[in-house]
Amino acid sequence: MHIPDGFVDAPTSAAFGAVAVAGVGYAVKRAGDEASDQVVPLAGLCAAFVFAAQMLNFPVAMGTSGHLLGGVLAAVLVGPWLGAIAIAVVLGVQSLFADGGLTALGLNITNMALVGALGGYALFALVLRLLPARAPSVAAASAVAALITVPLAAGAFVIEFALGGTVDLPLGGVVGAMLGVHVLIGIGEAVITAATVSLVMSTRPDLVYGARDLLDARRLEIRPPAAAVPTGHGGGTGAAAGGLEPTATSVTGRRAASGSEA
Amino acid sequence: MGGAHVLDPYHPGGSVLHRLPAQCKIVATFGYVVCVVLTPITAGWAFGAHLAVVGGLCALARLPPGLVLRRLAVELPFVAFAVALPFVVPGERTEVLGVALSRPGLEQAFGLVARATLGLMTVIVLAATTPARELLVGLERLRMPPVIVAVASFMIRYAGIVIDQMGRMSVARRSRAHEPRSLLATRALAASLGTLFIRSYERGERVHLAMLARGYTGALPGALPGPAPRRAQWGAALCLVILGAAIAVLGRRLDLGAPA
Repeated sequence: MHIPDGFVDAPTSAAFGAVAVAGVGYAVKRAGDEASDQVVPLAGLCAAFVFAAQMLNFPVAMGTSGHLLGGVLAAVLVGPWLGAIAIAVVLGVQSLFADGGLTALGLNITNMALVGALGGYALFALVLRLLPARAPSVAAASAVAALITVPLAAGAFVIEFALGGTVDLPLGGVVGAMLGVHVLIGIGEAVITAATVSLVMSTRPDLVYGARDLLDARRLEIRPPAAAVPTGHGGGTGAAAGGLEPTATSVTGRRAASGSEA
Repeated sequence: MGGAHVLDPYHPGGSVLHRLPAQCKIVATFGYVVCVVLTPITAGWAFGAHLAVVGGLCALARLPPGLVLRRLAVELPFVAFAVALPFVVPGERTEVLGVALSRPGLEQAFGLVARATLGLMTVIVLAATTPARELLVGLERLRMPPVIVAVASFMIRYAGIVIDQMGRMSVARRSRAHEPRSLLATRALAASLGTLFIRSYERGERVHLAMLARGYTGALPGALPGPAPRRAQWGAALCLVILGAAIAVLGRRLDLGAPA
């Protein structure tokens, strides 16, 4: 749920608006350094993907359902900078289309794009470094990052609320309620983020930004005939993926994934 | 979730507000929402005045009341939160229908709902009278960084396609007897999501190549040509903001004058 207008007072909203502008501006700069002319289409499609993914409700407990926040997912898949831009644009469009307050946009971007995507990616990179350098670690690290990032974003909201909340709720109660709920949401987010990342890892590992270093570190190797790749499978666009993962999943997955129309 | 209206909240019409250039409407909307947020919650009448102004805007744009009410439903979870406030906010108690409620809690709940609703209504008027494409042009004219505008325009253009694709995948899942009832169903949903990401990304790559083939060099061609807003149109936008500011200032002044 996004923060609506008037929940946090005007000076605090303006201050966090400045934070959001600075953060997103920096992300635009860094993303441009990485993939100058690809930024627009990729971030745009990634934003469309996050927008769609947020509409996918998954069941939580007792008949209620929640939806994905997608910060860590986007950051792990397309990188922290593009991911943050995508989330910020999603929030901006949603606020223009009447979801989340216009004056609270800075707060929402700070919580979900800066803390959620940039902070989430930092956590992800940290956890990945601690885990063994193998492909399954990517999904595990993204799960841990998602699990922690969701309560962290809730924590950012609590800070904003403490600075400029317009309601005299006891802060301890707000902290308890927000963290309690968001730990639960974080579990769902972690499960779905990890499952999504591991699917992409098994199908197109070259698309997972967070696995770049891992893949670069791997070298092509000649395997004994029993494990050899049948000819005609590893070529073409899957070159970066070649020789990495079990070929059966790779082949079927690619067929499933490339059945889309232009 | 009302996917259709989230993507295309435009309500075609020929009213004055529909004809106003987007940049004027964006400035007026933002300014007015800021005024609403700055109005002190203790000045109840000021919110009545705001409601009259925003209601007048809805009428001016000839928006059906049902449409506005349906779109206001977005804030229902938030209203539920506000309803709980009088019970949990500490402070002086007052008797309402035999239940002891907190007086500051009641005031704050009112302020919260009033501000959120008015802000939302103002944005609903903007979104219902301005096609998404014009909104983006307006933002660009207001010196929004072109990268952000371009990303947003891509998102709006392709979100429909991506959502349709998701819908087709959902049909495919259900026709294979998939019923999402428990957390176990997450696996299938996540697999769909992963596939959806790959398809979106590959579409992004294809679109990028198509753009390169048409001479894209990293900058989108300039905004659509349109007449610059006339002075009277900027004046109309300013009038709205001044009206909002007047209500906010009056509310604040009268509020300070009254014994707290």
